Amino acid sequence: MSWHRKHLLDTESLSAAEIITVLDTARAFKAVGERLIKKVPALRGKTVVNLFIEPSTRTRISFELAAQRLSADIVNFSADASSFKKGETLKDTARNLEALNADFIIIRHSASGAAHFLSRVLNAHVINAGDGAHEHPTQALLDAFTIREKKGKIAGLNVTILGEILYSSVARSNIWALTKLGADVTLCGPSTLVPKTFEQMGCRVTYDVEEAIREADIINLLRIQHERQRKTMFPGISEYTTLFGLTQARLALTKPDALIMHPGPINRGVEIDSEIADSGRSLILEQVTNGLAVRMAALFLVNGGQGPQEVAGN
Amino acid sequence: MPESFVILNAAAIQRALTRIAHEIAERNENGAAVVLVGIPEIGDGLAHRLSAILSEIWRLPVPVGILDVTMHRDDLDHRLAPKVHPTVIPFDVTGKTVVLVDDVLFSGRTTRAAMDALNDFGRPKKIQLAVLIDRGHRELPIKADFVGKNVPTALSEKVRVRLDLPQREDEVVLEK
Repeated sequence: MSWHRKHLLDTESLSAAEIITVLDTARAFKAVGERLIKKVPALRGKTVVNLFIEPSTRTRISFELAAQRLSADIVNFSADASSFKKGETLKDTARNLEALNADFIIIRHSASGAAHFLSRVLNAHVINAGDGAHEHPTQALLDAFTIREKKGKIAGLNVTILGEILYSSVARSNIWALTKLGADVTLCGPSTLVPKTFEQMGCRVTYDVEEAIREADIINLLRIQHERQRKTMFPGISEYTTLFGLTQARLALTKPDALIMHPGPINRGVEIDSEIADSGRSLILEQVTNGLAVRMAALFLVNGGQGPQEVAGN
Repeated sequence: MPESFVILNAAAIQRALTRIAHEIAERNENGAAVVLVGIPEIGDGLAHRLSAILSEIWRLPVPVGILDVTMHRDDLDHRLAPKVHPTVIPFDVTGKTVVLVDDVLFSGRTTRAAMDALNDFGRPKKIQLAVLIDRGHRELPIKADFVGKNVPTALSEKVRVRLDLPQREDEVVLEK
């Protein structure tokens, strides 16, 4: 058990012990979601702001429910209906929210480093809900949680991340987290979207999809993000599916116990065959359930004060 | 190194639990209505031991649950986030006599949090409290129904219960 951080900004700076602490804590919070009364008073009286400058409906809803199940109050702030359009800066917006006594700011932003920036200018706890092509730590932590729950371990597993890597915050956070926990990570996708330089992060890069998935225990599919993409990265969607899509024929090459993950939203028939997405091999919906538990754990852990961890006197 | 004294050794712990079990049986005529709920990290181990003894006395299985109380604590802002454990209550507590089992009774705040947490699982007919050590210094109007040993302590001292540790005898230690 180790957690002394005020913010959750990335997985790059987390130690393996800190990651394990989040996963262990999330296990207890997952059980809360399975009860008749799905709410505990841990953050009663606290205010959480979902500051989503870039839209992400599922991440926002997940944080919203996480805060509510911890009995916190939550306000949603989205860029399109805000003073952002009137030219206010991120710093001013965040400090205004803090002036309303917000205790936690959950920030989603298209600019890398936005969460780190806020953590320097605010007193509130900051949780990164995705900053551009940089990091999306709670997604990586929920992926690690799901893998550990299903496989009983992470160390020694072959995890293949297939799809768009270059613009993906999920990819970077996953690579940091999984390699720290001892997994062997392989990246695969179009060479324009999976540069060899990623090998500096301690993983392997290949452009041969069949080789990438054959020995994999986990295949994590990342969506082609049309919104972040320049048109020149690859010729077209149907070519992507032909070359890299997880089809039934490709699934047949994998180990029989290999499991399929995807952070969503899925593009059926593009990166994943529709039937595979709905099959017993797919963990997609369990990732959603686990995401809520991991976000509850993240809020609970960063909320911790400075006193001793031990229960007084015992 | 802090000075430390053994308050209870392994045999004394087992004798205290046997006595507590008999007191629980004396107080509760209908054993079928009693369930034990241990508070981690030590209370769940104690609850399982009490269950084994009570099952012999009543000649029926006595169910054991594990109740995490950390999410209900009142001091979460004043400390690092505590270690949380999954709660496992594999029975309906409504209408039952729930015996909460904890290792050390001190301020009473853990017990208060436990009663609060238990509320989310139903409405017990009665809640009773069994502790291995009562060290005094209550901050809330809470009293144990069953006590293994009363130990007068100074606030600065610590009581450590070691149970089921690998290659270590069970013991209760007072650290000065």
